[in-house]
Amino acid sequence: MISAWEKVSLARMAERPKSLDYINEIFTDFIELHGDRNFGDDKSIVGGIAKLDGMPVTVIGEQKGKKAKENMERNFGMPNPEGYRKALRLMKQAEKFKRPIITFIDTPGAYPGMGAEERGQGEAIARNMLEMANLKVPIICIVIGEGSSGGALAIGLGDKVAMLENAVYSILSPEGFASILYKDASKAKDAAENMKITAQDLKDLNVIDDIIEEPEGGAQNDLSSIANNLKKYIIKSIEELNKLSVEEMLQNRYEKFRKIG
Amino acid sequence: MVIDKVKKVNKVEERVKNEKASDMLIGKWVKCDNCKEILYKDDVHKNYSICPNCGKHFRLSARRRIKQIADEESFQEIGTEIHTKDPLKFDGYLKKVEALKEKTKIEEAVKCGICKINGEEAVLAVMDGNFMMGSMGSCVGERITLAIETSIEKRLPLIIFCVSGGARMQEGIISLMQMAKTSAALAKHNEEGLLYISVLTDPTTGGVTASFASLGDIILAEPDALIGFAGPRVIEQTIKQKLPEGFQKSEFLLEHGFIDKIVDRRDMKNVLAELIKLHKKI
Repeated sequence: MISAWEKVSLARMAERPKSLDYINEIFTDFIELHGDRNFGDDKSIVGGIAKLDGMPVTVIGEQKGKKAKENMERNFGMPNPEGYRKALRLMKQAEKFKRPIITFIDTPGAYPGMGAEERGQGEAIARNMLEMANLKVPIICIVIGEGSSGGALAIGLGDKVAMLENAVYSILSPEGFASILYKDASKAKDAAENMKITAQDLKDLNVIDDIIEEPEGGAQNDLSSIANNLKKYIIKSIEELNKLSVEEMLQNRYEKFRKIG
Repeated sequence: MVIDKVKKVNKVEERVKNEKASDMLIGKWVKCDNCKEILYKDDVHKNYSICPNCGKHFRLSARRRIKQIADEESFQEIGTEIHTKDPLKFDGYLKKVEALKEKTKIEEAVKCGICKINGEEAVLAVMDGNFMMGSMGSCVGERITLAIETSIEKRLPLIIFCVSGGARMQEGIISLMQMAKTSAALAKHNEEGLLYISVLTDPTTGGVTASFASLGDIILAEPDALIGFAGPRVIEQTIKQKLPEGFQKSEFLLEHGFIDKIVDRRDMKNVLAELIKLHKKI
């Protein structure tokens, strides 16, 4: 049994597969599309069109780097407002062309910088949730590593929300939680155990729908097997959702979040 | 006599200095934390809790706010059956909530109801910073969602006064999910073609800014209110420099295009009533 704190370490591991690893492994013909058509291109979120067993889909993911240089470029997976607005642009595009949307969540949080505030970080996150609640195509969201705060939720409102077995999903980092509530950031380990951040805890709380099994020791040990599990899950979910009318799908999506807490 | 008065003021100043800022509105005298003027409390209350000297808008309880906005005796509270929950079984949380209820005589960080504003019927939700800094847990999220759904059901305009330190940490992920819940409810509200006016007051931050506070058809703010996603301290720690004067204040947000209008508290009721009238179906 892996503890919550050990899962935090696994979820943050540099070698752990990132969004682009999954995108390249699960889909074919991925074409990355850039920019929010307003301010810039935020490299901490990647997105574009790809094929899933031949079917066109829109894929969006928060992207961390594996090495220092890439991490700098990707801002350690902490998006600015233009990242969320790029994601929204691509999701609207998906709706127009009736493509299902798949999002991969992996972020320590939305970036708390000056520019982010000047450009409306709060508005960007809020807007995405409001729009995602009404998009008329299936949305599958998967937490693949660290799902932290509103920065995760901004691409996390979907018909199906799943987590990889060792991923974590939380209101903020255990370090942040410990420093606020225990006035001591070094108590992060205790915080992690109490915060209910593991896939199993969140399934019990009905915050997520499903857990996707990882290979022994974590996702980094066998990318192709976990990508295969993910692919099966995504295909099955889309097939299920396609059986519903758009009205039913949107009503279910609403009820799902309406019921939490 | 003049000397006596000076002595008295000095004494008051001395006492005020020894009190914490949060205790300022206790006792007969208050010191304005902006212009440092010593003020008679009744004068401040008669003046909408605005400093008569410099115009600083002091923080308001939900009860006082409702009194200022709703027509007399018109506020019918809803959602009182929704109470604080403890999903993490977080040590000491419910005890703290109970103690706070006792001390503040308020039930939670938001009060919702149906009221009239200059005769115009509306759903009104008012957050209260005196209750755990107006943080949003499941109770606040549920009550706000109920207010949104009531507004849809009764086809009434919706007004939310925001004041919040962000998510209620003690409720963990459940608190985070209230952002999704309230935003999804507002998506429905939006589809119904109904009016939502969001009013941002000091301070509005974190998960509330990143959900319903930022989603108004019209977003108003009180002057000089702190409004942002990340708190100033977090930003300063991240960028390792001091933030410029006025950063994340209402005037800064207006300049950057994120709010429609800054409204003095003394005009708020009339501005809201006018906006509601302008959206009435003819």
